Amino acid sequence: MELFRDPNIDWLGRKWYFLSFSLIFSVAGVLSMLLWHGIPRGVDFTGGTQIQVQFSSAPNEDHIRQSLSAAGVKDFTVYPISDTSGRNANTEVISLPEAADSAHNTGSNQVQAALNCGGSGTSCTIQKTDIVGPTAGKQLQRQAALATGYSLLGMLVYLWFRFELIYGVAAVVAVFHDTLITVGAFSLTNQEITLTVIAAILTLIGYSMNDTIVVFDRIRENLGLSRRETLTDVVNRSINQTLSRTVISSGLTFLTVLSLLVFGGPVLRGFSFALTVGIVIGTYSSIAVAAPMLVAYQDWRKRRGKVANLPAKRAKA
Amino acid sequence: MSQNSKVKIAVILACLVVCCYGFLGIPHGVTPAALKQAIADHIRLGLDLKGGTHLVLKVHVEEAIGGRTDRDVELLQEDMSKAGITGVQAHKLDPVAHANQITVSGIPLNKASDVRSILTGTEYVDYDVATNPDGSETLTMKPSAISALETTTLQHSIETIRSRVDALGVAETNVEQYGLGDNEILVEMPGVSDPAKVEDAIHNTEKLAVYQVVSGPYSDDQAAMTALNQIVPPDDWLVHGNTSANAPDEVYLLQRASIVEGTDFRDAQPSTDQEGRPNLVFTLTTEAGDRFYQFTSTHSKNTATPASMAIVLGNRIKEVASIEDSIRDRGEIHGSFTKDEVDNLSLMLRTGTLPASIETIETRTVGATLGEASIHQGIVAAIVGMLAVMVFMLFYYRGAGINADLALMLNLVILLGFLGFTPGATLTLPGIAGVILTIGMGVDSNVLIFERIREELRAGKTAAAAVQQGFGHAWVTIVDTHVTTIVSAAILFLFGSGPVQGFAVTLTFGLLANLFTAVFVSRTIFDAILERKNRGAELSI
Repeated sequence: MELFRDPNIDWLGRKWYFLSFSLIFSVAGVLSMLLWHGIPRGVDFTGGTQIQVQFSSAPNEDHIRQSLSAAGVKDFTVYPISDTSGRNANTEVISLPEAADSAHNTGSNQVQAALNCGGSGTSCTIQKTDIVGPTAGKQLQRQAALATGYSLLGMLVYLWFRFELIYGVAAVVAVFHDTLITVGAFSLTNQEITLTVIAAILTLIGYSMNDTIVVFDRIRENLGLSRRETLTDVVNRSINQTLSRTVISSGLTFLTVLSLLVFGGPVLRGFSFALTVGIVIGTYSSIAVAAPMLVAYQDWRKRRGKVANLPAKRAKA
Repeated sequence: MSQNSKVKIAVILACLVVCCYGFLGIPHGVTPAALKQAIADHIRLGLDLKGGTHLVLKVHVEEAIGGRTDRDVELLQEDMSKAGITGVQAHKLDPVAHANQITVSGIPLNKASDVRSILTGTEYVDYDVATNPDGSETLTMKPSAISALETTTLQHSIETIRSRVDALGVAETNVEQYGLGDNEILVEMPGVSDPAKVEDAIHNTEKLAVYQVVSGPYSDDQAAMTALNQIVPPDDWLVHGNTSANAPDEVYLLQRASIVEGTDFRDAQPSTDQEGRPNLVFTLTTEAGDRFYQFTSTHSKNTATPASMAIVLGNRIKEVASIEDSIRDRGEIHGSFTKDEVDNLSLMLRTGTLPASIETIETRTVGATLGEASIHQGIVAAIVGMLAVMVFMLFYYRGAGINADLALMLNLVILLGFLGFTPGATLTLPGIAGVILTIGMGVDSNVLIFERIREELRAGKTAAAAVQQGFGHAWVTIVDTHVTTIVSAAILFLFGSGPVQGFAVTLTFGLLANLFTAVFVSRTIFDAILERKNRGAELSI
């Protein structure tokens, strides 16, 4: 079975469609980050306390709120989390704002005392408690930013070393585009970005880079074979030649990530969501962003009267 | 089959067996339960899967620097008086912002060179000495000395916390340095039912000391001040406390210098006295024992100078006792202690005091039930994802699909084997996600190769040549794609913690295994198939 037999699509001719598609999604995400939901950060970065409690029967949220207020807990929010697998039914998350490092677990202790899980007459279990103090929150934020930055830099250097600087720049721009849209998707759907989501985003950076490299490798190979063809034709042909690999590989990875989103449970929800969005965008961007950038770069050099010559692979033995 | 193929197949089978051993060991049977147990014994689970508590503590190392300069101020003053230089004052001008600076002022002009030679002597090598315009000298602790002190403080804190946690009997606790040079400690405790208790024990910084009683008891501060004519002597201090659980609060005047304190105790065990009250049986170090013997023999009740001693914990008197007889290095302390206090106290005396105060900046607790649910969900997601991929590969690439599926399964086995063999590698929930992602990304290498082979076949090459060319061309791309993903994973490992690191580990192991399975194993299978067929026969792809 073959999905694509010698496809011959003029990808670069559609670059304006791609550009507007990318712009719409990036701008929507950025607008949401600036004006609507902001970047919804989870407890890992904002600091604060999150307590996940499972009740044996459907809990009465008002009742929980009353008993927490009575126990002197302030500024808390209570919200349910749902799950498809049914293993996390009747689960509520109680979240408290950040407290000073010295009063680290006061809030959590108050909540636990108020709920009295495991005590007589109650039927709830505390499944998970996350308390992140201000120091740790800032630190985690810094770590996430550094990790993302170093990751992009590492890719740029590797591609520079393996190909040429412009390939690296094009790939990094494409990956940055993916990251922006993925974070934008979190903002638009108002889902919290946690540490594991950052891990997913870093994975995406690697994955999207993968896809871009496959196309770039083919461009380099084809440039070495046919020196008379225009770059536009070479790029188009390279994308078409790798198209079936791109679609099948991404499709299969997408399948696995989708199964993670559906069956992986609430703890991994954000992580799987980031990957699901990111794999689609990452695949799209290697065709629609990275490759056209190479051509745009060459056109720009030409206009400035310089000899444009993308380095090709040395003739193979 | 050629000799070459046979060797390659033998290598692959050996790899399979070794990796199975890595995550199964030698199972006690082949029933599902026995296999499950074998896997559980060999794959270490992260706290998010088995349940437990994860604490991040910040050590205030700057306190150790302040403490060090405080001691050196005293030492300087002693040195000056020993050298017969009078009027010189050593002090810290700004103990908060510049805890690392000591200023020596009031130096007589004719002694300036003597002072200078003391300051630049071997005792103060950790300081840079600078002369100020007014003739005073400023000692600033060298950055190298500060970082050395910070490191020892951190290491000492880690040792102390480790021994405290161990003394509590919490199994498999991991205490280690955390973060990138932020003077933090990570404490991981699997399955602790009462993390608050452990946290209390870790944080305990209260000091136990024994002081000589000067006078008392008084009913309150006012009564004490009246009796003392409103002046507390400079070498003494007033301390509150109650000597039994129900006794009223009283005030005593104690000597400021202690007889023995925290670090002088070599061992301490909780016990109960004849009346069933909790007490503490202690052993002092030899040196402190000598000191204690001298004190108790000069002040016991049959001597000319009988005195009482007060046992003070966290600035409150717990017991006041007259000295029955001289004591050397073994004794008992009883007083208004609760059982918990005695337990904590003995633990603290045994494990030593923390060199600096610590603060918890992050606490994460996962219950065992949530962990179990997560494992279940992770495994279901992995199986569904893997089946979907395998079925598609069979359907789309037919014969070659079997090849890819075999490689994929071997990939999984090698990944698990790596996890079992590598000490310190743990499987976390994001780690399971990493396994799933490896399946998706691992199959990419096969797709790359197969698509290339198809292309070569379409170009009219023979099956053997197409396989050869396909692998040759795809290899470069595969290396590039793997390197970039491993770069991401390595950075995640460096910057991440616990669960995220687990993800980085499985992803890296998975991709490394994939280089082997997708290229070497797939190739071997293709070659073996081609050898059996006649030249020119078609390839099922």
